[in-house]
Amino acid sequence: MKVFVPRDAAAIAVGAERVAQALSRVAAEKGIDLTLVRTSSRGLFWLEPLVEVETPQGRIGYGPATVADAEGILDGGAAAIALGLVEEIPFLKRQNRLTFARAGITDPLSLADYRAHGGYKGLERALSLGGAGTVDEVKRSGLRGRGGAGFPTGIKWDTVARAASPRKYIVCNADEGDSGTFADRMVMEGDPFLLIEGMTIAGAATGATKGFVYIRSEYPHGIAAMEQAIATARQERLLGADILGSGVSFDLEVRVGAGAYVCGEETALLESIEGKRGQVRAKPPIPALRGLFGQPTMINNTLSFAAIPFILAEGAQAYADFGMGRSRGTMPVQIAGNVKHGGLFETGFGITLGELVEDIGGGTATGRPLRAVQAGGPLGAYFPPSLFGTPYDYEAFTAAGGLVGHGGLVLFDDTVDMARMARFAMEFCALESCGKCTPCRIGSTRGTEVIDRIIADRDRAANITVLRDLCETLKFGSLCALGGFTPYPVMSALTYFPEDFGATPLPLAAE
Amino acid sequence: MHAYRAWDPARAEEIMGPLLALEGPLLPILHALQGEFGHVPEAAVPMVAARLNLTRAEVHGVVSFYHDFRAAPAGRHVLRVCQAEACQSMGATRQFADLLAQLGLDAGGTTPDGRLTVEPIYCLGLCATAPAALLDGEPHGRLDAGRLSELAAAA
Repeated sequence: MKVFVPRDAAAIAVGAERVAQALSRVAAEKGIDLTLVRTSSRGLFWLEPLVEVETPQGRIGYGPATVADAEGILDGGAAAIALGLVEEIPFLKRQNRLTFARAGITDPLSLADYRAHGGYKGLERALSLGGAGTVDEVKRSGLRGRGGAGFPTGIKWDTVARAASPRKYIVCNADEGDSGTFADRMVMEGDPFLLIEGMTIAGAATGATKGFVYIRSEYPHGIAAMEQAIATARQERLLGADILGSGVSFDLEVRVGAGAYVCGEETALLESIEGKRGQVRAKPPIPALRGLFGQPTMINNTLSFAAIPFILAEGAQAYADFGMGRSRGTMPVQIAGNVKHGGLFETGFGITLGELVEDIGGGTATGRPLRAVQAGGPLGAYFPPSLFGTPYDYEAFTAAGGLVGHGGLVLFDDTVDMARMARFAMEFCALESCGKCTPCRIGSTRGTEVIDRIIADRDRAANITVLRDLCETLKFGSLCALGGFTPYPVMSALTYFPEDFGATPLPLAAE
Repeated sequence: MHAYRAWDPARAEEIMGPLLALEGPLLPILHALQGEFGHVPEAAVPMVAARLNLTRAEVHGVVSFYHDFRAAPAGRHVLRVCQAEACQSMGATRQFADLLAQLGLDAGGTTPDGRLTVEPIYCLGLCATAPAALLDGEPHGRLDAGRLSELAAAA
C-alpha cells in the first residue's frame, strides 16, 4: 500500500508529522505493507494534513487528517474526511499548474522523481539552443518578474548576457517576506530541483558561473531542502563543471538572510550577500550591469526562475498561451488569511479578484462577510468588495490603484479595523526601513503618529490632510518600494474605508 | 532547544576559519557565531573585523542592522509568533498580547527562569494556516489562544 503525506512546513504546522508517524505505527500493528512517501504539498492548505492513498484510479485524498484517522485511512474507512480523487477536487482541477506541476506529487528531494516528472528537459533544450536562443525563448514567453515589479524577464536576461565581464552572477531572491505569500517557500521545500534547473539555465544563457539563493531565515525547512538538493545536484554533476557534457560550468550557494524585510529589495539583497547592512542602492547602475560585487548580475525572484524550465521544455508559446494583455503565462496566486479555502492557485492572468477570493477561496474562514482583501503583501492595496471585478493582471491592478506584487491575497472579515491596518503599514515600514532615504526613515514614524491622532480624533480633518501629503512624499521621494509603496495600504484603507477613520465619510480620491 | 557554549575566542576563530574563503563571508560568520554562542558577543566584533579587514564600526553596523542577531542569548526555548497581516486577519494580534500578559513579558522578553523567549516575527509563509508560530524552529499553525498558551507552557 502506497501512501503520501506532505512534508511541507505548513502541513507539518498542522500535524502532518504526527499523522505520518501514526500511519506507520498502525500499519506495523496490522501487518500492512506500507510505503510511506513524503511529498510536497498540493497547496490545498485547508485540507492539510492531506493524506493520499494510491489506487488504480488515481490518488484518493483524506483531509484534514488527524492521528485518530490513521486506522480508517489504511482500512479504506475514514469516510468523514474522504475527498475522493484528489485531481478532481475543484480547487485543484480549475488550476493551470505549469510551475507547480509536481506539487504534492513527488518527493522533493528525489532527483529521480524530478526527472521522471519532466525535470531537466528544460536545461537540455536550453543547452541545445545556446545562450542567445535561450534568452530569445524567455523573451517570447512574455514572462515578467514575479517578485512584484513585473519587469520583462527576457530583457533583463539579455542585458546580462550582453554585458562583457569575465565574472557574472545569478542571484535568486528567495527573501519572500510578504505576508500572504508562500509560493517561494513551496518551490524551495517542495521542488528544489526546479529552482536549481531554472538558475542553471540562467547561468548557461548569460555566461554566469556562480549563483546565490538568498533565503530568509524564517524559512528553516526551505533552507534545509535547498542545501540538500544542491548537494545532490552537485553529486550528480548537474552543478559544477561541464554540466551534462556541455562545457557549461555553474555552481550554487545558499545564503541565509537575517530577518530584514528590506533585503527583499534587490539592491539591499545584494548588499546583504556582500556582507553589508541591507541598505538600498540608488539606481542606476542597474544590477544587470553592476550588481553583486560590482559584476553583471541577474537577480530574479524564485517564481521567475521556477517558471523557466517549463518555458524551455515546452516552448515559449506554450507559456504565453496563458494570460491576458501584457501579462502572459500563469501566476501562482496565494490565497491566505481569513479564508475558507486557502492555498496556492496557479492560473492564467485575467481571472477576476472576486472569483479568486469568493468563488475559489470560498470567502472567509470565520463565515463573516468579507470586507477587504490586501493584494500584494504589506505594500499592497486593500481592495473593497466594490473592486472585486478587477481582473488579475499587472496593468489592471495598477489602474485600480493596487499591485499584483508577489501574488498574495489576504482576506479580512468585517471585524477588521482598517485604520489599525493603515497604522500597521506605517509601523511596519518604520520597523523595517533601511534608513537610507529620509521619506521612508522619518515619514513612516511620523505617519504612525498621524494615524494615532486620527484614531484618537484629534484634529481629524487636518491630520487626514497631513497623512495624504505624507503619503505623496513617501510615494515620490523614496528610493525603493518599501517607502514608495507603503502609501498603497494606507491610502487604500483611507479611501475605501473612511468610516474606520472617523464619522465623516471622505470624498473618494483617485490614488 | 539549544545548549549554547560560553564565549570562547579560540572556538570563535575555529568557526570563522573555513568561512573566510566565502565570497561575502560576514553574514555566514555572524550566523555561525550566533549558532554556537546563542548571540553575537560584543567581544566577537573586533575579532571578526580584524579577520575581514573591516573596521569595528562596519561590523557593529551590520550586527545591529539585522533583527536576527542578538546582543545577549535568548531563553532556552524561543517562541516566535507571527504578527503579519495574514495572521492578524485571524486574530494573532490579540492572541500575542494575551500571551505576553499571561507570562508578564514584553514582546521579545524572556521569562525570569530563562526558559522561554517570546518574540514577534513577520511572516513564516504559513499564511493559509494562520495564525502561525515557530517554536524552536518547528512550525505550528491554526493556533487559537489555548493552543498558543499550550505551546508556551510545553516549551
